[in-house]
Amino acid sequence: MDKVAIKVNVNGVERAGEVEPRLLLVHFLRETLRLTGTHIGCDTSHCGACTVVMDGRAIKSCTAFAVQADGRNIMTVEGLEQDGKLHPLQDGFYQEHGLQCGYCTPGMLMTGLAFLGENKNPTDDEIRHAISGNLCRCTGYVNIVKAYQYAAQKMRENGGA
Amino acid sequence: MIPAPFDYHAPGSLAEAIGLLQQHGDDAKVLSGGQSLLPLLKLRLASAAHLVDIGRIPGLDYIKEEGGYLKIGGRTRESALERSEVIKAKYPILHDTALVIADPLVRNRATVGGNLAHADPANDHPATMLALGAEVVAAGAGGERVIPITQFFTGIFSTALRPGEILVEIRIPAPPPRSGGAYVKLERKVGDFATAGVAVQITLDDAGACKDAGIGLTNVGMTPIKATKTEAFLAGKSFDQATINQAAEIAASESQPMDDIRGSADYKRDLVRVLTARAVTRALERAKGAA
Repeated sequence: MDKVAIKVNVNGVERAGEVEPRLLLVHFLRETLRLTGTHIGCDTSHCGACTVVMDGRAIKSCTAFAVQADGRNIMTVEGLEQDGKLHPLQDGFYQEHGLQCGYCTPGMLMTGLAFLGENKNPTDDEIRHAISGNLCRCTGYVNIVKAYQYAAQKMRENGGA
Repeated sequence: MIPAPFDYHAPGSLAEAIGLLQQHGDDAKVLSGGQSLLPLLKLRLASAAHLVDIGRIPGLDYIKEEGGYLKIGGRTRESALERSEVIKAKYPILHDTALVIADPLVRNRATVGGNLAHADPANDHPATMLALGAEVVAAGAGGERVIPITQFFTGIFSTALRPGEILVEIRIPAPPPRSGGAYVKLERKVGDFATAGVAVQITLDDAGACKDAGIGLTNVGMTPIKATKTEAFLAGKSFDQATINQAAEIAASESQPMDDIRGSADYKRDLVRVLTARAVTRALERAKGAA
């Protein structure tokens, strides 16, 4: 089975690799690129811990092959912080206590990034629907919704991210 | 979990993709959104020596009204259906469906063509397409052919697609005036397959009685079920509560559920009754509201 050369823009940096076609995107990120912020939870496309943003849309990286990301733009949790400053979503999770164990958090953040990019002024109900593919076993989701609202307000004030 | 090794092909044109499928025959599978195929490959419930990724072929991703049909490209994402204004305004049954398929993240990858071609009786689009009287366009070496949706599902995970054919388009006849539809699904949690689901599309006559009804059932048989007896029963009837209840009973009798982790066959049959009544009622409200 021939390896395939791929080029993927990850968090604004062009990354190249020679990958087996069966290599999952999440393994490419974590093992090839050593970007271990993206977590593997259920590995069966249920939990959303592995969520990354590909070309503006949040997807489950355990259910995509690295070869499918060839030529695409990927954003992972490592790309959120800019110049030592937390992204409003990260700040929101910090301020509103949106995490406990933190395992689901990278996925929650990346779903939030794509969602708030599309919906600047969401209702709590819209947020709950948006995170329905991301499971959290600790928080009961209440503070995650608050964290999204915090971030949404910050992003509106800042006129973007 | 890691799939068994395979060779990956990313053709840039439909002709090239069809050529690859012909060349590799049964050893090849089409990769569209991959949201059913990848889990199966990872669990090693399916295998393929060659994956032909249609993700880079231009022109398979669209939603358009043309020549009396709504045409959906085979590789159109479920999330595109969910966001489409045409779908929201004119095809609420499809909007209902898109909103309950898997979860929002999966819908960003999953495709409408894949949902049909995978032919899992638990998938949601088969029932809605049966209710809508859709047609499927298959492209192969000999050109395109049109398959009525009623002839498309030939068994569990099997379709009328021939080896070397790709599902490139779904065509839905534009509903006549005074039409409405709804899809109602019960799932244990977001992302689960339906315990049962019912799709109903109706058209009213001038007097408000049923001119035409299309009804599809999800995950209550070895294939998606078209509830033809229920459809025939409703034709010409006025929609009073007794009629709706009776239609729901007939639909339940047409379901062929099996006991599994989601419930007993008896429970699911009764669920089909309840969901049919709800779906007919919602479809009726929408048909009355439609121009």
